[in-house]
Amino acid sequence: MSKLCTLKEAIAQHVHDGDCVYAAGFTHLIPFAAGHEIIRQGRKDLTLARATPDLIYDQMVAAGCAKKVIYSYIGNPGVGSLRIIRTELEAGRLEFEEYSHFGMISRLQAGAAGLPFMPMNQTAATALEQANPLYRRVTDPYSGREVVVVPALNPDVAIIHVQRCDERGNAHIWGILGEQKEAAFAAKRVILTAEEIVPEEVIRSDPNRTLIPEFVVSAVCHVPYCSHPSYTQGYYDRDNDFYLEWDKISETPESVQAWLQEWVYGITDREAYWQKVGAETHKRLSVPPLYAAPVNYGEY
Amino acid sequence: MTTFTASELMTVHAARLLRDGDVVFVGVGLPNLACNLARRTHAPNLVMIYEAGVIGARPSRLPLSIGDPTLVTRATSVCSMYDIFTLYLQRGNVDVGFLGGAQIDRFGNINATVIGDYNHPKVRLPGSGGSMEIAGWANRCYIITPHQKRRFPEKVDFATSAGFLNGRAAREASGVRGGGPQAVVTNLGFLEPDESGELVLTAVHPGVTVEEVQANTGWPLKAAANLRVTEPPGEEELRLLRELDPQNIYLK
Repeated sequence: MSKLCTLKEAIAQHVHDGDCVYAAGFTHLIPFAAGHEIIRQGRKDLTLARATPDLIYDQMVAAGCAKKVIYSYIGNPGVGSLRIIRTELEAGRLEFEEYSHFGMISRLQAGAAGLPFMPMNQTAATALEQANPLYRRVTDPYSGREVVVVPALNPDVAIIHVQRCDERGNAHIWGILGEQKEAAFAAKRVILTAEEIVPEEVIRSDPNRTLIPEFVVSAVCHVPYCSHPSYTQGYYDRDNDFYLEWDKISETPESVQAWLQEWVYGITDREAYWQKVGAETHKRLSVPPLYAAPVNYGEY
Repeated sequence: MTTFTASELMTVHAARLLRDGDVVFVGVGLPNLACNLARRTHAPNLVMIYEAGVIGARPSRLPLSIGDPTLVTRATSVCSMYDIFTLYLQRGNVDVGFLGGAQIDRFGNINATVIGDYNHPKVRLPGSGGSMEIAGWANRCYIITPHQKRRFPEKVDFATSAGFLNGRAAREASGVRGGGPQAVVTNLGFLEPDESGELVLTAVHPGVTVEEVQANTGWPLKAAANLRVTEPPGEEELRLLRELDPQNIYLK
């Protein structure tokens, strides 16, 4: 059964006020187009979970979508601070839960595996454990030693960008895998966005590359260039210039609101956004192809 | 007389700490440059691992973020973040971790979380990222940082990552597998833990005095009895290093 729909329809149907949202992607494959659509549809009181909130959550917090963030690193990667989230946290206007990267993805791993919590070895650093009461300790019943545990995270909805999938939602991903698979299995509903929608035969030609199977997927949206200013391996490069520019834009609430007006509210969808980005940037972010050696699955 | 920046000085010295065959958990910026320099000089078999899940990276351009696509192209392997933190780091397959932070204290504990109180901080910093587990579980950790008094308080406001806690015995009692910080490389010299786990001055760069380092450290810094003077960066090291950062983004 085809789950193809527009991103607008998928967000309207699957993202509700008050939901816990996990827009996945560690630097790679961040679904900016979906974040912008959530802003346009005016969602409120969301709990936004991501290891690295990145610019996508800085923008969503600026647009008033969030009541809480769950994170393990709130920086603008390679640039500095996420000014909006940091300001809101320092002012006490935004709730938060903080983990290390490993704590954060262990929560997702537990959620994805259907477990209540996930154990981790001790790190000798206990300050974050003491600051966040959801970190607990339990005794290993075999050795008698204590391990650190975090509870499962099962987001209401995960948004996962992929290179290609079929219209049922079987998805191929390559390059940095981050927490894409874990977020998809942990979430109650999954919106896939894809650079390309391909026939089922393409997926079946390389089953080892299928990280997400159709039956955990709720909606499939064809959204080329979805992850700009993040990137999609093999399709376009990361727009580091924009990450630097955001550091300036986010210096004042006025320039942030003007940016949102111009690039989110004033735009209908990602196709219009990509046209507005312009040919010069398209050229700058284009990447020459480099194919892997083919693998032989054998005709059995 | 060869001239170089403070960042070039620190990066060359960090590179020299790496051994051929080391598996290194790398961050972007100076640690990435140090690893690539080591691989081009004395450590051709160095394996670079990134927290994004990349193993054996061979970046052909300077990576500008921890998840730069150049880390993936021509890498040995790519895995999920859960796998990199469990199969590689927690299991004990990482020799070296590089760490940084806003504050480093007398026992090598690092703060990357808040300045001030956790719930009402003066400044909320980006947070742990991968550093809490790297500091715990890598066999050896190195810290690269400019030497300023505010960065070296007697005690960190928040111990995001463990050094030797309040002494080597405390870290050992925790049962944690990694060896803790082995050296702090600064623009003034080297700090290394003594037998109690306290960071002491073990080397100064040429032209730097002990008093100058002490004046830039927030606790009464001891100087080792066998204090060394470091060997300055060589022409070839600087040439190779500058090739890695041609636009001078990190080395300026």
